[in-house]
Amino acid sequence: MELGPRQEILLPVKPGFIAFSLFLGFLLNLLPFEGVFRWIFPDFVAMILLYWCIHQPAKIGIGAAWVFGILMDVADGTLFGEHALAYSVMAYIALLLRRRMSMLSLDYQFTHVTVILLIMQIVTVLIGLSAKGVFAGWTYFLGSITAGFLWPVLAYLLKLPQRPKTDPGRI
Amino acid sequence: MDQDLFSRGPSPAVRLTFFILASLLLLVSDAHYNYLKAMRQGISTAIYPLQRIAMAPVEFLGSIGSYAHAQSKLVRENAALQKQNLENQAALLRYQALQQENIRLRRLFDAREKIESPAVMAEILSDERDPFSRKVIVDRGLQAHVAVGSAVIDDRGVIGQVLSVYPFSSEVSLITDKGHPTPVQVLRNGLRAVVFGFGSSDLLDLRYMATNVDILPGDLLVTSGLDGIFPAGIPVAKVVKVDRNPAYAFSRILCQPVAGVDQFSQVLILSSNSPEKGKN
Repeated sequence: MELGPRQEILLPVKPGFIAFSLFLGFLLNLLPFEGVFRWIFPDFVAMILLYWCIHQPAKIGIGAAWVFGILMDVADGTLFGEHALAYSVMAYIALLLRRRMSMLSLDYQFTHVTVILLIMQIVTVLIGLSAKGVFAGWTYFLGSITAGFLWPVLAYLLKLPQRPKTDPGRI
Repeated sequence: MDQDLFSRGPSPAVRLTFFILASLLLLVSDAHYNYLKAMRQGISTAIYPLQRIAMAPVEFLGSIGSYAHAQSKLVRENAALQKQNLENQAALLRYQALQQENIRLRRLFDAREKIESPAVMAEILSDERDPFSRKVIVDRGLQAHVAVGSAVIDDRGVIGQVLSVYPFSSEVSLITDKGHPTPVQVLRNGLRAVVFGFGSSDLLDLRYMATNVDILPGDLLVTSGLDGIFPAGIPVAKVVKVDRNPAYAFSRILCQPVAGVDQFSQVLILSSNSPEKGKN
């Protein structure tokens, strides 16, 4: 197996940037899509939480995931605790796998991210089934697959502010 | 890199257990009791500006789209609308005459006059992403005196019912929501029944009708007004399929909602006279 990207020396991440990225993800989740697009569109809050759980476990963990789950429950009009429970489980899995995931190359990360997000969605579906007895339909899971494809882009963007500015002319 | 080389607080497993228990507690109390309504209202008010921001790009694209309409199309549309307006005027006159006649007849029969309920115009803010229920959020709430249980209709028929009211928005559960009951009447013969939403498809289910019931495909179902929520006579659905299998006690009747339950953007919220009657 080919190991992932060279271990770079990165600048410390600013807590403000983490908060900003999560806020932006939340806005993206609020976008009113209809029909098929709604299912293809990935859960950005989950993806960004997942990224920070893997890379900054000391700052973003199960507690933060739970709080954002509660926010998503209000935004989506689901039962209180539905997203919260699913996000907590996702954050826990991310904390368990984070060392191995940060070493993986991007194509291996794709499978990991998709599977973790699918587990998160399966938790949501199980809660929905037991609370309301309605199955969401298979299209509901499409979002996790797009999320896997978008993951490299997201990982690149979220890492940008941490890249040291290599400007040989300055020093 | 390894910030958790030395233990920092409880282990992930302990934390996960704690948050799972907290979620389950919230789930049970939210599903069965009403304690969390205030909390949901508070968070919803805080989120409301963000929802409006998220709506902005969509509204912007929509306005660009309408600018791009060709002039000829507008002219054609205008002519068609004028023609339709004329026809509607005629129908309206007939309707007014009929209404007057109806009032007189009702007085004759000593029947109670129905009071036209005041209505609030509202716009759909978002279709909820929750795949387990059919709900929408509209942009009128407590500040427009919307009450829980009010009927919601569009220009073609019944859409649903207000489920909960927040300061600036309210949640509407659609008639296609699973198990949502709507009392109806068959327009052709006045037969009373109740239609239920399926939840998973856009169809409605007319339950508990005997296999020899006088209902045919194409029959229009209108509200019966028996629930005290929907005014009588608003179209609800059209019967699409009647399956009379003598092996079962009841016939299986599928109906298609008349209102664009999934397409509307502007709706009318009718304030019911008995707001204490909620869903079910």
